[in-house]
Amino acid sequence: MTIYYTQDHEWIAVDGGVGTVGITDYAQGQLGDITYVELPDVGASVAKGEAPCVVDSVKAASEVYTPVSGLVAEVNMALEEAPELVNEQAESGGWLFRLTLTNDSELAGLMDRAAYDAFVGGL
Amino acid sequence: MNAHNPSGWRPAMPLDAPPGQHAATSSGDRGLMLEEPLIFELGQPGTCGVDLDEPEMAVLPGLARYLRSAEADLPGLSEPEAVRHYTRLSRQNYGIDLGPFPLGSCTMKHNPRLNEKVARLAGFADVHPLQPVETVQGALGVIVQLADWLTALTGMDAVAMTPKAGAHGELCGLLCIRAALEARGDAREVILVPESAHGTNPATAAFAGYRVESIPATIAGRVDLGALEARLGPDVAGVMITNPNTCGLFEPNMKRIADAVHAAGGFVYCDGANFNAIVGKVRPGDLGIDAMHINLHKTFSTPHGGGGPGAGPVVLSAALAPFAPLPYALRQSDGALRLIEEDTAPADHPQGLGRMTAFHGQMGMFTRALSYILSHGADGLRRVAEDAVLNANYVLRSLEDVLTAPFGASGPCMHEALFSDEGLPEGFTTLDLAKGLIDEGFHPMTVYFPLVVHGAMLIEPTETESKSGLDRFIASLRHVAERAKAGDPALKSAPHFAPRRRLDETQAARRPVLVWEGWT
Repeated sequence: MTIYYTQDHEWIAVDGGVGTVGITDYAQGQLGDITYVELPDVGASVAKGEAPCVVDSVKAASEVYTPVSGLVAEVNMALEEAPELVNEQAESGGWLFRLTLTNDSELAGLMDRAAYDAFVGGL
Repeated sequence: MNAHNPSGWRPAMPLDAPPGQHAATSSGDRGLMLEEPLIFELGQPGTCGVDLDEPEMAVLPGLARYLRSAEADLPGLSEPEAVRHYTRLSRQNYGIDLGPFPLGSCTMKHNPRLNEKVARLAGFADVHPLQPVETVQGALGVIVQLADWLTALTGMDAVAMTPKAGAHGELCGLLCIRAALEARGDAREVILVPESAHGTNPATAAFAGYRVESIPATIAGRVDLGALEARLGPDVAGVMITNPNTCGLFEPNMKRIADAVHAAGGFVYCDGANFNAIVGKVRPGDLGIDAMHINLHKTFSTPHGGGGPGAGPVVLSAALAPFAPLPYALRQSDGALRLIEEDTAPADHPQGLGRMTAFHGQMGMFTRALSYILSHGADGLRRVAEDAVLNANYVLRSLEDVLTAPFGASGPCMHEALFSDEGLPEGFTTLDLAKGLIDEGFHPMTVYFPLVVHGAMLIEPTETESKSGLDRFIASLRHVAERAKAGDPALKSAPHFAPRRRLDETQAARRPVLVWEGWT
């Protein structure tokens, strides 16, 4: 499994053609308490850069962009009852949706952990 | 960074800070503390404020099955009990008639009582929109005269008077743009929205069927002209720009932006919510703007914020005027006024986009806005803009030594002063300052907006506030900021003197309880 990061503070953990997407711990810290997560429809086709998911916090509603294109295979239903999981486990149990990737080459444009940490450090 | 609850305070925490840390407010004011139950918890069932006759008619055949089988669970209050209940509730409210209302981007200015007197004149207050037009010539005259003022003040060709508020006006403007593009067989897909725009702009563009793309802001808080020009192309229907923008800054490149958009075949929508800063000083039409809504409930002093309704007329350039919605009032060459509606539209207004509202617009707001305009005159309106900008700059410069003004170095602000949370000690946030201001007796400023500034505090004093009023507000915000800088723990649990202590906004959003406990 390889984890990639975006400049919009999403992460995607790719394992055998399936990517699990969430927001980074830095992002959840910036947003403050998450109050609601609007999840995409399973089966929906999403293109890289589209925003199939919205995260509401006490401060703002923020779109979550998909780091790569794909078909939505699964969404994290636990967030319907417990949106705070995104705060508590942003980069594990607070994942948002899973994609069946349709264009693996898009992964090449994403950052690894070290590059992302350097990017956040410069903000 | 502040993860989770930005304030760190929860209702379960001790309510009172240790003795001595309960700093007195610098103003000496304290929030009114009246506890008031719900109306369902008051009175006795069966009590009624009026004498109702027993029904004389028998129940009509066939309707018996609709008869209620259980008692209606109505509150049982006498008239004075009901009057007192609502009056006590009203004393817990805060409004512009009680004190400054510094909500940035909301232009909460005084609503002159002269407006109210005019709006209550029988010829305006007691007319019906379906009356024959011969009987409402005076009311139509108000609409036309106000329309003339709005086009003159903005340097535009026409105005759609019917939209009901700002976002409705945005929709009207975008539908005009869509109609104009489709009329030339050039339907486009994208609306560009800079980061410094109002939050409603991208929502409106999406609602009008466009794909929204964001244009970044420069470090000076303005639209990144290079990024905008680079994105323009045959798929871009237009841009939506807020000017002055939500950082309280004027976009000096507005004409260049408009020229570039026009050269690429697009249209320019301007969010006119902040028109108060430039009314009488700048005509948006001269800047190349094609459509702009004017919030009568902001710039032109009609009631606002729960006291509405709003009104959002949209001024239009010559290119968009043919597509304005129906109906509209028109003065004929003989001086008589008539309404252009569907029956004559094929001849009078063949390209109009149709009707956005049932009737002619918010008549009660038109009378108030025209009253405001005529009582100020052109010179008075210019003075409004000057005083509003002067007041905002007075706030900005008076507080920039205790609060961080991210754009303070880029020159004067317009109608609103913007601060960030930079420099607040660890653990203290914008929210703490806002809650502290409540203890000082002030409605807080706009917080956490615009999003481009971290922990934003956006303060719009408007021209309403006198220098002494501003000095009181400034002293209170300074006091609160100094408490934060000194690490005063009592500030974390403010407000202490309001009817309610700090509420758990996170739980209120995550698990809202929206029904009364007695309701099943």
